[in-house]
This record gives sequence, C-alpha cells and structure tokens, in this order.
Amino acid sequence: MSVEVRVPSMLQKFTGGEKIVHIEAADIGELLANLEAAHPGIGEQLMEPGADGAQLRRFVNVFLNDEDIRFLDGMSTATSDGDVLAILPALAGGAR
Amino acid sequence: MPVRVYIPTPFRSVTGNRTFVDADGLDVHGVLSDLDQRFPGFGEMVFDEERAVLEHVNVYLNNQEITALEGADTPVADGDELAVIPAIAGGAAMTAEQVERYSRHLIMDQVGPIGQRKIMDGKVLAVGAGGLGSPVLVYLAAAGVGTIGIVDFDVVDRSNLQRQIIHGTSDIGRPKVDSARDRIHDMNPNVTVVPHNEPLTSDNAMEIIGQYDIVINGADNFATRYLVNDTAFFTSTVLVDGSIFLFEGQVSTYFPGEGCYRCLYPAPPPPGMVPSCSEAGVLGVLPGTVGAIQATEAIKVLLELGDPLKNRLLLYDALAMDFRMVKIRRDPKCPLCGDAPTVTELIDYEEFCGSPFHEGPANGANGASS
Repeated sequence: MSVEVRVPSMLQKFTGGEKIVHIEAADIGELLANLEAAHPGIGEQLMEPGADGAQLRRFVNVFLNDEDIRFLDGMSTATSDGDVLAILPALAGGAR
Repeated sequence: MPVRVYIPTPFRSVTGNRTFVDADGLDVHGVLSDLDQRFPGFGEMVFDEERAVLEHVNVYLNNQEITALEGADTPVADGDELAVIPAIAGGAAMTAEQVERYSRHLIMDQVGPIGQRKIMDGKVLAVGAGGLGSPVLVYLAAAGVGTIGIVDFDVVDRSNLQRQIIHGTSDIGRPKVDSARDRIHDMNPNVTVVPHNEPLTSDNAMEIIGQYDIVINGADNFATRYLVNDTAFFTSTVLVDGSIFLFEGQVSTYFPGEGCYRCLYPAPPPPGMVPSCSEAGVLGVLPGTVGAIQATEAIKVLLELGDPLKNRLLLYDALAMDFRMVKIRRDPKCPLCGDAPTVTELIDYEEFCGSPFHEGPANGANGASS
C-alpha cells in the first residue's frame, strides 16, 4: 500500500527537502515506523513513548485523506493504495 | 405593483413589529405613501412637510440607494424589494459619505444596506498588529467594521516592514497600536479604533476580548494562542485563528462550544521544538494571504453569510500554491470545551507553554504577531 505523505516545511530537513514522499504501509503505525526508517530523525519529531507504545505528540496531527486519525482508528487506521497522509504540527504564528 | 419593504427597528412600532411588509405603488414615493395610509405615523417618519423623503432616511430599491436612481420617482416593479434605513441616534446613520464609500457593498444582493449595517455594528478585535494583523486591520477598516480593537504592545521595527503593511517607514519606533490607528483612520474615519497597548494576559484577556463579537488571532507565540482560544470560549466570542510558518499557513474559525484550538492541538510543543518565524523566517506576502482569509471570515461571520471555516482547517502552501482542507471537530475529551472540562478558567499560560511569557520587545513575546 503506497501512501503519499505530505511533509510540512518544518520537517522537510529530514526528507532531503522533499515535500511529498511515498511510504509503503498497511496502517498508520506501520507507516510512521517506515517513515522513520526511510528518513531517520523524523519519527522523534512526530511521536513520543506512550502507555501503548509510540503515540503522536500532542502538538502534531495526522490526517488521512483529510480525516484526523484520532477520529478514525488512531495508529491502527488501515491505509490503502493512493491514500494521502498530511502531517500538521502546530504553528506558533510568526515573527513580530 | 406589490413590493416587499424592509422596515427597520425604529419604524416597527407603527407596523405592528413586522420586519417585512408588502406595499403597492408605481414608484418609490407611491409605495411609501401606501405604507403611510396603511400604517398611520409611518409618513411622519419618512416624509418632510412637503412629502419629500427626509434627508436622514435612506431608501434602497433592490439594494441600490434611490438617489443613485431616479430618487423617489424611481419606478418599482412586481417583486422589487425596498429598504428604508433611517439615521439612528448615536451616529449609526448611513451618511451620504458612507453610501458612496460602501457603494460596492450596497449594490450587492448578498450585502446591501442591511448587511453593511451589520458590518458597521460589528466589533472585532485583532490580537497583534503585525504580519497577520496588518491585512486583517486594513480590510476590516475598509469594509467599515464599526469598532476595531487592537492588542499589541510592540513598537514598529524596520524589520517588520517586509510584511506588516499597516505600518510605514515613518512609523519606526512608534507603538504599533498608534501606527495602526492612524492608518485605519486615514483609510476610513468612520471606524472607532480601540487601542490596547499592553500584553494580553490572564488578568486582562476576559475584559478585553469580552467586549468584541469576533477575535482574530494573529499571535506570534503559543502562550497567547492558547490564552486567546480559552478566553474566546469563556466569553462566547467567535475566534478566527491563523498561523504561519515559512511558506505555509493554517486558518480555521471556531464558534464557541463547537470545537476549539485545543481540540486540534491539545498541548503546545515544548519550547524550542517548533521554531518561530523570527527564528526561521517567513515569506513577506504569506501573512497577507492568510490575514486576508481571516478578514474574509470575520466579515462573513458579521454578515451571517456563506460557510465559515467551521470544523475545517484550511492549509495553504504558498510554494506549491496549494489550498487544502482537512476536517476538524470538537473533541469530547477536550480539556476546555469537551464533555468533562478540566480547564474552567484562565490558567498560567507561561507555565502551560513552558516558555517565558515576556521575552522582551525584541523577540516573540505575546500581543504582537507574525
């Protein structure tokens, strides 16, 4: 299952400046693990250890085809070929 | 020719409190005379002794002011809509200057004199007169929003001028609220500007934000962003949130009780993990696009028109020139607006965000913006 992952500017330093990367995975948890494997360092920006294994940091949201995965099946949400995953960290706002 | 007539609040005493009434006539004067016959007292409110329409009463036929047509002799047709808008004590009159100034709004079916009145009655607060605040303030002022508040305690710096279009080179060193007020008054002297030249804090936020219908967030730091979010919820103020970074922006509009910024981002990143624009930079025109969208949302909310970004987050990527939308929703577990809230009053946002609330005027404290 190849998923198109949209990487925000803030994290593009981990993907060699790429805005879009393609990752093979059957669900979100696997996808994020494979994302880290392909682009070392990005995983730590997105996830932290939780009671049930790695969980998303609370200032990071992940949307699968425009739906927040928290309102789907979270890390267990199944992915399909052609899905689009958007990673959205909170933005502070700007410079004065 | 049956014509539908909008009756404004001060005249409804003679129409049995009806907002819309039907009337007959061949022209505007005929319709008004018909209303006078059917609703005794109406004529005295709209006609002078010579039965001419009083100067302080503006009459709109299908949202066009009749003096721009053929005056009271303008013929009417079946199905036309007439609106009678008087000057109201307290200065809410639509003056000739305003009719001309707002003419592009007044001729729109979707705005018209009634919509323009809603804009003129609107009270909107901009948190920050910086990158986002600049276009927000300019467009709100141009549209005629009656009361515009500005919270900012910063002074204009030369490095602001790459994007903060409400300020000019001659304003360097001046308080941003003063510079913004002067620009607004030059653009539209009808606007009342309320400067709040102080940091927004847990001590003053309820009082300040509570005075407004809408708060537009252009804050440059997480502490202020959460403070504004929570205060908007507690004071039932609509929040138009916008944020920017490098080439990207996010915008959403939160209606009290229908989801909030905390539903989307329950907690801020640890200090230093997400760089600010002052550290990473920002494309100068980026806040122009994002701020203009925020201003659009505010005007739509005042007009009660269209579909605001409710339960939607707009994502803008200037490099790709890509606009995307994702669905967001109220989180029942939200500590603020969820089913079992744990945040029931304003908290210490400095502690919550783990960063100094005031870093000094030179870099990213609260109040100023992007």
